[in-house]
Amino acid sequence: MIPGSFAYHRPNSVQEAVGLLAQFGDEARALAGGHSLIPMMKLRLAKPGHLVDLGGVSALKGIRADGGDIVIGATTTQHELIGSDLLSAKLPILRETALLIADPQVRYLGTLGGNVANGDPGNDMPAVMLCLNASYHVAGKTGERRIAARAFYQGAYFTALEPGEIVTAVRIPVPPAGHGSAYEKLKRKIGDYATAAAAVVLTMSGGKVASCSIGLTNVAETPLWAEEAGKILTGSSLDAATVKKAVAAAEAITSPATDGRGPARYRTKMAGVMLARALARAKARAGA
Amino acid sequence: MAKSQVTMTVNGKPVEALVEPRTLLIHFLREQLNLTGPHIGCDTSHCGACTVDFNGMSVKTCTMFAVQANGSDIRTIEGMANADGTMHALQEGFREMHGLQCGFCTPGMILRAYRLLQENPSPTEEEIRFGISGNLCRCTGYQNIIKAIQYAAAKLRGVPLQEAAE
Ligand SMILES: Cc1cc2nc3c(=O)[nH]c(=O)nc-3n(C[C@H](O)[C@H](O)[C@H](O)COP(=O)(O)OP(=O)(O)OC[C@H]3O[C@@H](n4cnc5c(N)ncnc54)[C@H](O)[C@@H]3O)c2cc1C
Ligand code: FES
Ligand code: FES
Repeated sequence: MIPGSFAYHRPNSVQEAVGLLAQFGDEARALAGGHSLIPMMKLRLAKPGHLVDLGGVSALKGIRADGGDIVIGATTTQHELIGSDLLSAKLPILRETALLIADPQVRYLGTLGGNVANGDPGNDMPAVMLCLNASYHVAGKTGERRIAARAFYQGAYFTALEPGEIVTAVRIPVPPAGHGSAYEKLKRKIGDYATAAAAVVLTMSGGKVASCSIGLTNVAETPLWAEEAGKILTGSSLDAATVKKAVAAAEAITSPATDGRGPARYRTKMAGVMLARALARAKARAGA
Repeated sequence: MAKSQVTMTVNGKPVEALVEPRTLLIHFLREQLNLTGPHIGCDTSHCGACTVDFNGMSVKTCTMFAVQANGSDIRTIEGMANADGTMHALQEGFREMHGLQCGFCTPGMILRAYRLLQENPSPTEEEIRFGISGNLCRCTGYQNIIKAIQYAAAKLRGVPLQEAAE
């Protein structure tokens, strides 16, 4: 499979990159790790006339603490997320999620920015970003802005990005020390997208849930933030009856497609099962 | 579409060539450089037969453009043997432990295992399985591939081979 012809650009700065994207308009696409875009180009589902490779823009790399936030450059790879001591200590859910994405080869090249900007409901990082209340730093020809992850996803492959804009970094408020988190993903094999997956971040206080945030992957056109389910759990001891209610609330907001991963009803139920497992694991990891 | 000039180091030798931007790295290696060790199995980024070592990473060359490899350092199976012509410990391990049958997956397996052992010289069996999970083999059932990698890991660490061969 050979993609259509295109002109290749490799800018060195964000300014140059967004300049090229503005100049070529609809014809142009940003290229990061290429592990979602190149397969689409090989199938000719994407036929950009210009590719703007972000790989040469060093300002888009790196992981740093900034006050109470962690800021991760868009072209930071999944492999780099896994290897980061800062993330392992402060945001272990990112490492856990990255290890469940694809396979080693894909993770060496696939980037966080590409994963969150792609807009494919199968991508794993977006639901984690909803769960963590992350925001995306975005740059375009006319300037920079920030978009909350919870306001970013509008439909399959439709996001709040305007034409010519790129995500430059992902900003994540660090959950309090002692928080518990888990990402549970049901997949048919390594390298498969989720049948359903759930991200949980919670804090406990005196045996009760003090806060709880939940994201769901691949059970709707967009990643889902299960706000109601999180509210139901807050104040509870994660007793079976309350978990059941929360699971039902989470299942109620799903609308998965029936596909090779199973019928819609099955995928909805699996979202509930993944949520229950993620809750139990997050609780076990949380400090009192 | 105008061709681009690329330069890279492949198996220790400098390479300079003109490529169309849409040329995939696997086609460049196989058809322009005549390095037919990296194979095209699935052509959809799943099987790992096209894996090479690229700037210290294992990558699937069916999912990368040759222009992206400008300035890079690449190693393929053709560059695995030792300078004196003897086999690399991994190649020897695959022979000794029967780590291949048809051999189609082998160049990708060996290059992936090479990087795995660079990052983790004494992997557990589970770490090997997880580490090669992006490479499919239709023949062996993987058991002997694991043994071959254990053989090479032991040899490269200089510990007795028996331990790995059990
Ligand atoms: C075999 C296989 C299995 C996979 N399994 C999974 C999986 O289980 N879970 C999962 O989440 N992913 C999976 N992926 C996808 C992989 O994680 C991709 O790497 C990721 O989705 C996209 O990142 P990328 O850097 O490769 O982006 P690219 O492919 O380069 O780009 C993807 C899209 O995002 C745009 N884009 C890229 N960077 C930016 C940016 N900074 N700003 C704005 N737009 C941008 C591009 O224009 C393009 O439209 C799999 C891929 C393969 C090949
Ligand atoms: S041919 Fe590249 S992964 Fe199968
Ligand atoms: S030996 Fe035949 S595919 Fe692995």
